[in-house]
Amino acid sequence: MKLVTAIIKPFKLDDVREALSEIGVAGVTVTEVKGFGRQKGHTELYRGAEYVVDFLPKVKIEAAVSGDIVDQVIEAISKAANTGKIGDGKIFVSNIEQTIRIRTGETGPEAL
Amino acid sequence: MENNILELQYAMDTFYFLVMGALVMWMAAGFSMLEAGLVRSKSTTEILTKNIALYAIACTAYLVIGYEIMYDGGIFLKDIALDGAKDADGMVAAVLKESTEAGFGGDAVYSNASDFFFQVVFVATAMSIVSGAVAERMKLWAFLLFAVVMTAFIYPMEGAWTWGGKSVFGLFNLGDADEKAGLMGFGFSDFAGSGIVHMAGAAAALAGVLLLGARKGKYGADGKINPIQGANLPLATLGTFILWMGWFGFNGGSVLKLGDIANSNSVAMVFLNTNAAAAGGTIVALLVARLMFGKADLTMALNGALAGLVAITAEPSTPTPLMATIIGGIGGLIVVFSILFFDKIKIDDPVGAISVHGVVGFWGLMAVPLTNTGATFVGQLVGAATIFIWVFFASLIVWFIIKMIMGIRVSEEEEYEGVDIGECGMEAYPEFTNK
Repeated sequence: MKLVTAIIKPFKLDDVREALSEIGVAGVTVTEVKGFGRQKGHTELYRGAEYVVDFLPKVKIEAAVSGDIVDQVIEAISKAANTGKIGDGKIFVSNIEQTIRIRTGETGPEAL
Repeated sequence: MENNILELQYAMDTFYFLVMGALVMWMAAGFSMLEAGLVRSKSTTEILTKNIALYAIACTAYLVIGYEIMYDGGIFLKDIALDGAKDADGMVAAVLKESTEAGFGGDAVYSNASDFFFQVVFVATAMSIVSGAVAERMKLWAFLLFAVVMTAFIYPMEGAWTWGGKSVFGLFNLGDADEKAGLMGFGFSDFAGSGIVHMAGAAAALAGVLLLGARKGKYGADGKINPIQGANLPLATLGTFILWMGWFGFNGGSVLKLGDIANSNSVAMVFLNTNAAAAGGTIVALLVARLMFGKADLTMALNGALAGLVAITAEPSTPTPLMATIIGGIGGLIVVFSILFFDKIKIDDPVGAISVHGVVGFWGLMAVPLTNTGATFVGQLVGAATIFIWVFFASLIVWFIIKMIMGIRVSEEEEYEGVDIGECGMEAYPEFTNK
């Protein structure tokens, strides 16, 4: 079982969600986050005082998927979230030790 | 027949006072929304509480003693319902006598209760100017304690010397001279209160802010000024529009009479000029901000509108519409530079109240002789100085005493967490947190 975490541009969320549905990913968790990578921020003025807009709004999508479809998931997200411009985001894949469905108590891959 | 006309005129002028007073009361909502929009979300509940509480305190304190100090209106408004008469018929007879003596075109005759109603909302306006300047770091109850003293005593005293026509501690008159009493006069003219209400409120605010200090993190090393952004610009804008509308009552009502051709026309000019000045202030402030900062700054545009309104408040009836626009425009110009200046000298004013109401209030006073030949620059200066010195130093003493008794600033930890939690125990935007 793998946890696929993707940081993407907020307006790409719908496209990514649709792409994941198409390959059979049952559920995702979405969080609004802020961050920066190599895409730096810029400065603005508020009533004449300068401030740096370092952190840009992004969306984090997490999907727990079975190991055999990870490559498809990565490809789906990559294609849907890509704009070709700086700030498109990143995808991380990590191992899941255990998964439990709270309602029924199922564990392991059936719980995904 | 003549009596019927006089009664109608009394009714009209009373009604006018009441409706204008209600419009000025509406400015309390304007201040609340403006301030709520320009502070951070963690300070919003507290500033709203301050606004509604100070309004209630102002109304009560002025009712108890303030109106008596300013106009001899009676402690607890004694006898105001019948104005000293024994019964309703006696009151009507006394009014008709007064109306007949004044004549149809003379001074307005209206219900004393309506006079109190109109006056009390001005007191609340003056007091609410302070709440924005001390936002986000002052103890709520320290502020409310100050509000009691300001509305019961400090404001009524300078109101007595100006609109009340009384001498300043028996030394001189701000208005007309009194040869019999040997008091010189200065012909000070402040139609609706650029100085009496707005500059006075700003003076009290400045005294408070000097003793309070800036918000943590506002000013950095090497003169760095850190912006602390307002949490809700839609509210700030709504508040400004509400104030703009309420100001028609503020200036319009100050004509004091509606019921004849000359006065009605004067009222119409006042509305027109008030509106024009606000527009002028908005445009100039927006343009100045654009030129200085490279982008439009909504908060400066909002402050500009208010600055225009404050600027015209000292004399909204005599300027031409163009002149009113210019007076307001200059207010908009002054306010932007004033806001930047106060930040430069590390006086933290989250909403720009001291600039909008104090600095521009002074400009409003000094602009009067430009269009009103009855006033002089010297007279205006003496009036401005009298008001400022009295309110500033009286306020400074009161703030200092409160500081000694209970402290005026919240703890660093409470400021960090937000005065909403610390002073009020409730958040203004609870759905946007993790609960």
